[in-house]
Amino acid sequence: MKEETSNNSRRKFLKSFGISVGAAGVVSSFSLIGAAKAAAKKPAEMVNLLTQDGQLVQVDKNQLRPTVNEPLDELQKRGREGIPGKSFVMVIDLSKCRNARKCMDACQNHHQLRADQHHINVLQMQDAEHTAPYFMPKPCQHCDNPPCTKVCPVDATFKRQDGIVLIDNERCIGCRFCIAACPYSARIFQWTEPKDAEKYKDLTYNIEANVPQKKGTVSKCLFSADRLREDKLPSCVSACPNGVYYFGDQNEDAVTNGTTGETVRFSKLIEENAGYTLMEELGTKPRVYYLPPKNRAFEFNGDLLNEENLH
Amino acid sequence: MNDLPKQKETNLSFEKIKKDILHPMQNHKGLELWIVFLITVISVCGWAYYIQLKDGLGVTGMRDYVSWGLYIANFVFFVAVSLVGMLISSILGLLRIDWITPISRIAEIIAVAFVAVAGLVIVLDMGRPDRVLNVMIHGRFQSPILWDVTVITTYLTVSALLLILPMIPDLAICKKELTKASPIMKKLYNILSLGYINTPAQHKHLHKMIRTLMVLIVPIGLAIHTVTSWLFAATLRNGWDTTIFGPYFVAGAFVAGSAALIIAMYFFRVNYKLQDYITDLQFDKMGKLLVAVCLVYLYFNLNEFLVPGYKMKTGDDIHLKELFYGNWAIMFWASQLLGNIIPIILLVNKKFRKPLPIMIISLFVLAGAWFKRYVIVIPTMLHPHLPIQNVPENFVHYYPSAIEISVTVLSFALVLLIITVLSKIFPVVPIVETAESKGIEVKIEA
Repeated sequence: MKEETSNNSRRKFLKSFGISVGAAGVVSSFSLIGAAKAAAKKPAEMVNLLTQDGQLVQVDKNQLRPTVNEPLDELQKRGREGIPGKSFVMVIDLSKCRNARKCMDACQNHHQLRADQHHINVLQMQDAEHTAPYFMPKPCQHCDNPPCTKVCPVDATFKRQDGIVLIDNERCIGCRFCIAACPYSARIFQWTEPKDAEKYKDLTYNIEANVPQKKGTVSKCLFSADRLREDKLPSCVSACPNGVYYFGDQNEDAVTNGTTGETVRFSKLIEENAGYTLMEELGTKPRVYYLPPKNRAFEFNGDLLNEENLH
Repeated sequence: MNDLPKQKETNLSFEKIKKDILHPMQNHKGLELWIVFLITVISVCGWAYYIQLKDGLGVTGMRDYVSWGLYIANFVFFVAVSLVGMLISSILGLLRIDWITPISRIAEIIAVAFVAVAGLVIVLDMGRPDRVLNVMIHGRFQSPILWDVTVITTYLTVSALLLILPMIPDLAICKKELTKASPIMKKLYNILSLGYINTPAQHKHLHKMIRTLMVLIVPIGLAIHTVTSWLFAATLRNGWDTTIFGPYFVAGAFVAGSAALIIAMYFFRVNYKLQDYITDLQFDKMGKLLVAVCLVYLYFNLNEFLVPGYKMKTGDDIHLKELFYGNWAIMFWASQLLGNIIPIILLVNKKFRKPLPIMIISLFVLAGAWFKRYVIVIPTMLHPHLPIQNVPENFVHYYPSAIEISVTVLSFALVLLIITVLSKIFPVVPIVETAESKGIEVKIEA
């Protein structure tokens, strides 16, 4: 429930942001030439608009265009730049994960995904035949040596200065090379019209949340880059009821637990709990760290590993 | 001509050669019907593509895990077959092997048709074909896709030149002889023949140009298939993450291309009644060539499957067991046995290198080559490093949908249409080169 309200306020924010910037754009692009041309035509309905410097001006209604370009450009620009001075990291404590899947729900809500589309997926793992199984939430690893961005032919997926790997679905051509290249299966593709496409079709594209999703393009976990800009934790981190996730800035050497709100030293957390990264041998240098599923807070129900229950 | 070989024993004259080769181009009734049929197929299957455009790639069998399917396998196959142009007309041509003279043009036609449609197949596979120009606008040269786009367009250009340039003397003949041709065709022959009248200077220049292109196309040809293999080898997936993919793909391409050429040779020989030109000798030699390239390919297969099969690392273990005796075993072993090993055993016998038997064997080799590409692309995608969970049942398997199959049929029909049209407007056997190779004097009037 909490998630829904925060989602609504975000949408409201986006909407009001779009309108205000849009209006400013219209006013500033109201040029003399345009005015002269409009005057030559028959007088049309006029509307009053407030300019950025506080003047009230009248504009021919025919001159009004719903400008989505300016806010989109702005969102694209800052989305590609990232947040200066940050170096985001996530720590996932496997000993705490009980497969509650609140992270998955919150994520799908935030990024307008269907129930079978996962930016984050809680996998049931068993490393070898006789080792103990465990639950492993798997978001995008936001690798520092990302195999996916390397192969993108159009720079639609890229690595930002703050460590986040983003995807620009305004540019993606849908070749799906990045999906083939990702060893963590972290990427999904919009094979059909995305969920609620009709509802969101007028929403300005926000690269930092990758919404609205677009048919024929790739999507993936973004560490909720739009929420980070508002100093909030990623959706999955905030939604976890079991204290599985820590998220923070490696430059500050501090990560915050999304459930308890407790902030701890990143280096100490990793050091004391034998933190590791997934498939280190591939050289991808993930920004997501795992703490081993030692002293699990629950009994693993062996039945869950049955193939039948997984689909 | 000062370098003419001595007149060999032959019952052919220049007039007869011209007549034999030009006659079927204008007097083949079935050809028009065949073209109408192909256009019908393309239109019907075009409808399938329209549905895909409208509803998205969700109408295919592909999903998040198998995100490359039939289209990409088919793309690799098309690029592979197109490599025959480089093998026959340049590698063997540069070695001055003379039996290729009557079949080199067919090889170039195949190369042009397959590589042109391969480029198109990639667009058919795109989620956003409307953004195809982004590859030019925002192209990143770090991506193997950019390398592929570059080498495929270059190979198409050079192959087209290698089709047209050696044909200039023949086009000069077409201009004179094909009196019944439509005005557009006459104009085309006139333009493309570039006023060639076979003076010694023209002859020298032309052959210099052709030889330069023949040298140029060797690295380009190697590059197209090597780069295509890197689309896979540049990833970290089990089954693709191997170092021999480049030469492995090139060797496989020679197998597919040679088989396609033998099939085309057979159909042109029978339909265009070219028994005096595409003779048993050409089939016999192509049979030996096919054995040679199959053996090289077999060697690469041994390396590709036995070495990881000996070690059985975790990821390879799942992948290889699926291929050797799992869900993919029938397709895998059929492509290895029917598409490679059995053809080698048969074709070392002279009697199987006669036109009809070798054509039938080549059909198996070509089909095997197609399924081999399918086995290379899809099983790997089904075995990612991390388990496939929490997704619908159809994400775990891959079956091409009817739409996907129709669009693939479209690409095949388009290849056949290009080959048919090219063979209708251009002489499929080089007239002048054939005469020269037999020591017959060539006369081209202005």
